[in-house]
Amino acid sequence: MIRFILLQNRQGKTRLAKYYVPLEESEKHKVEYEVHRLVVNRDPKFTNFVEFRTHKVIYRRYAGLFFSLCVDITDNELAYLECIHLFVEILDHFFSNVCELDLVFNFHKVYLILDEFILAGELQETSKRAIIERMGELEKQE
Amino acid sequence: MNPFSSGTRLRDMIRAIRACKTAAEERAVVRKECAAIRAAISENDQDYRHRNLAKLMFIHMLGYPTHFGQMECLKLIASADFPEKRIGYLGLMLLLDERQEVLMLVTNSLKQDLNHSNQYIVGLALCALGNICSAEMARDLAPEVERLLQSRDPNIKKKAALCSIRIIRKVPDLAENFMGPASALLKEKHHGVLIAGVQLCTDLCKASTEALQYLRKNCTDGSIRILRDVSNSPYAPEYDISGITDPFLHIRVLKLMRMFGQGDADASEYMNDILAQVATKTESNKNAGNAILYECVETIMGIEATSGLRVLAINILGRFLSNRDNNIRYVALNMLMKAVAVDAQAVQRHRSTILECVKDSDASIRKRALELVYLLVNETNVKPLTKELVDYLEVSEQDFKGDLTAKICSIIEKYSPDKLWYIDQMLKVLSEAGNYVKDDVWHALIVVVSNASDLQGYTVRSLYRAFQTSLEQETLVRVAVWCIGEYGEMLVNNVGVLDGEEPITVTESDAVDVVEAALKHHSSDITTRAMSLIALLKLSSRFPPITERIREIITLEKGSLLLELQQRSIEFHAIIQKHQNIKSSLLERMPVLDESTYVKKKVGSSDGTLSANKTSQRATSGTSVNIPNGVGKQPAAPLADLLDLSSDDAPVSSSSATDFLNDLLGVDLTSQSSSGVVSTGNADILMDLLSIGTSPVQNDLLSPDISSTHNHISSVAASEKIPPVSSTPSTVKGVALETKSPQAHAPLPVLDLLDGLSNMSFSDENLLFPSITAFQSSGLKMTFSFTKQPEKPQVTQIKATFTNLSSNMYTDFLFQAAVPKFVQLHLDPASSNILPASGNGSITQSLSLTNTQHGQKALAMRFRIAYKVNNQDMLEQGQVNNFPPGL
Repeated sequence: MIRFILLQNRQGKTRLAKYYVPLEESEKHKVEYEVHRLVVNRDPKFTNFVEFRTHKVIYRRYAGLFFSLCVDITDNELAYLECIHLFVEILDHFFSNVCELDLVFNFHKVYLILDEFILAGELQETSKRAIIERMGELEKQE
Repeated sequence: MNPFSSGTRLRDMIRAIRACKTAAEERAVVRKECAAIRAAISENDQDYRHRNLAKLMFIHMLGYPTHFGQMECLKLIASADFPEKRIGYLGLMLLLDERQEVLMLVTNSLKQDLNHSNQYIVGLALCALGNICSAEMARDLAPEVERLLQSRDPNIKKKAALCSIRIIRKVPDLAENFMGPASALLKEKHHGVLIAGVQLCTDLCKASTEALQYLRKNCTDGSIRILRDVSNSPYAPEYDISGITDPFLHIRVLKLMRMFGQGDADASEYMNDILAQVATKTESNKNAGNAILYECVETIMGIEATSGLRVLAINILGRFLSNRDNNIRYVALNMLMKAVAVDAQAVQRHRSTILECVKDSDASIRKRALELVYLLVNETNVKPLTKELVDYLEVSEQDFKGDLTAKICSIIEKYSPDKLWYIDQMLKVLSEAGNYVKDDVWHALIVVVSNASDLQGYTVRSLYRAFQTSLEQETLVRVAVWCIGEYGEMLVNNVGVLDGEEPITVTESDAVDVVEAALKHHSSDITTRAMSLIALLKLSSRFPPITERIREIITLEKGSLLLELQQRSIEFHAIIQKHQNIKSSLLERMPVLDESTYVKKKVGSSDGTLSANKTSQRATSGTSVNIPNGVGKQPAAPLADLLDLSSDDAPVSSSSATDFLNDLLGVDLTSQSSSGVVSTGNADILMDLLSIGTSPVQNDLLSPDISSTHNHISSVAASEKIPPVSSTPSTVKGVALETKSPQAHAPLPVLDLLDGLSNMSFSDENLLFPSITAFQSSGLKMTFSFTKQPEKPQVTQIKATFTNLSSNMYTDFLFQAAVPKFVQLHLDPASSNILPASGNGSITQSLSLTNTQHGQKALAMRFRIAYKVNNQDMLEQGQVNNFPPGL
């Protein structure tokens, strides 16, 4: 299962942090700091998988943003790599050409999209269109 | 309206924060916003609650405390309005987690919302429950979730399924309630529901064996059908990822099939066909396809698959290994590690590819590959594999050498076909990466060498060669030094030359050069130096012609600041100089080390370390207790320590102590102490002292350390309190030492060891007492002159001057002294150990006596002077009893 999802920029500013396991606030900050350190200077030629404590972090870089998923050691790394890409595509669709600023000013929307994509640390929906449509319906309710 | 609560819009706050140039500015903005939000909360402001919570979430993400907003989430959730509820639930998931008490308050709202008629509100509640529910909430709300699994809306269904996963992870006992509804989900068409349902089934199988059996029986066909449908599905744009329809569903259902097939031949057999189809038909040029193949391989490895299918799977991994993408190679190595347990032979075929991965630039790939290689080693391939690894060791990155070395050593130890190969390989590793070799590894090497009598000559010569190029590799140096110390003559005399071994000419002096270099090299640590000193001592008996040079090298460490080295140097020096007669028997080759005992020790090594620590602690405390008794206030504290400790050494066994005392004092005991006994006793003590260095095998195989020294001494100290047996006091009386203490002899043996310590010069001022001639014989005169500082009446400093009255030069001149227990003695080094003939020069030596009973008792001293005339040992001894009164 996914333990947590982090979206950070190169400076280490957290743009999204979703935890599916309970952690103390101080521990969360530590985790965010450590994951950033792990991924930011990694050679792009290296694998997208880094061992992190007793788990592993699957990460992918899009421009200046790092998407990191912390998953169980036995999980399928390649699948989660694909999962990150799908999430990015959904964001790209939703914001039409997403950039970091969209994610900053609409951070709550990003969380809402994520809640339609992943739930309880497991994948909920694999169709881009279904998620975008669902978001539209929810917006209409407001 | 409150002037704060009008506040700024969320967007404006984010802008303001982004505009901050410094962290301090940012803190100020956040503080101001938080103050406004707190004010709004305390006024129970309704209009901006929604916006304030959104702001708080942003502030929370920046890492500021926001606990004061938790109750606001609950209020928003309780609101009837959808947008308010939505932001409330979002805040709940971000600001709270399952451990907060506050969360219990939300259970009721959740229950209401789960039963709400608006499906979007039900969705919100399910989402929150799935992300943060606690065990207690899981129990309370499980019936609602179970009911929602049967809802008609796929959005509710998939959320309820994932929510159920969270519930059974928290409370596995509830698993049985979900088996039925979960199996029904697998019949759905909607991918979201399917994927959530499949995942729920997988988790149920993990949570309960009953569920596993139920689902295996009812859902194996269903899961196979899902996989077949999705893998045969025509192009479906909605779920398409690089030409493959919903790889995520593929992967999840493959995982579920693994649960079913594990240990169940029937279920596995049903799956064979579809697994073979997925394994052969899936495109492998994109990541998504590879992800499926990877999962498929894992399932094939996990179930009772046919051997044909397994070969297929391992071949997929073989293809992965030659992929240019590091990610693919990484997962292949991971999976091959699991595959080794299933079919080692099939994995062996990819050995050379795997070996290449050990040399990859990516550390994670290297590490995996190395672990895999380690698993692949067996008796038949150990030689080529080790060669590859050892060759790579030369060029590998520094931070990888530790892992690599450990694995190579482990392989060599485990699979070596013969001792010669083992020794050869170990020497290669030691010369290449000796600094990364763990202690137990080189200890084991020494044990093996010690047992391989036919290879000792070869080993020591190889080590000699290796040493010339790899002086920096600490463990190589240690092994080399040890072997040269033990088998030095084999090095020089070319004993036991093997076929094909390159001839080498090493002189005795060359061998000593090596040890000297090890002793002096800047990178050598205390253990290496201590071992070097022992090796030198041993060589002094193997190579008599260069004993003098060895003695000089050993003497250099006399001034070492490290107690261990200083003590060794002084003691070894004493052995070389004064105990020629016992030296050769003392320095015999080490007895063959017992391999089986060593292996046992190694297994229980953690215990050993622990007890060693304990011993050293005990020893340390023993030392500190003893200090007030001794000369603890002397400037050379460690020496004082040593002196004191050693003074307790004497009564260790009454006979040897007595004999030693006799020897030193030259008492003619009327009874048992024949000269033979004297030398035995003497040797006993020396042996004891030496055991610190020469037989630490029992303690810590050849890594003599201070703790073992302490250990030895403390054991002696323990017996200190027991008064020596009756013969001792009589001895003391016999020599008319003016003391009533039966331990008066105690400081004696130490003098033997302390004959040359730090320099301390005294001025001749304050000469209050007349000089005396303390001793005069036909060939030697000793005069004492005294100095006393008025403020320390109990301390007397004596300058002893020795003059040679004969016509022959005296060499190896050594003065020793003993005093009663109430006097403390500190002996400085002599100005020289050569006394020219006919009074043409003299030796001076300073002594410092502290009379603890000054004014009540007079000073007394026994002495012994040893020297050589034309290489003949001479001995003078006597008692000084003409000290001026008042000292």
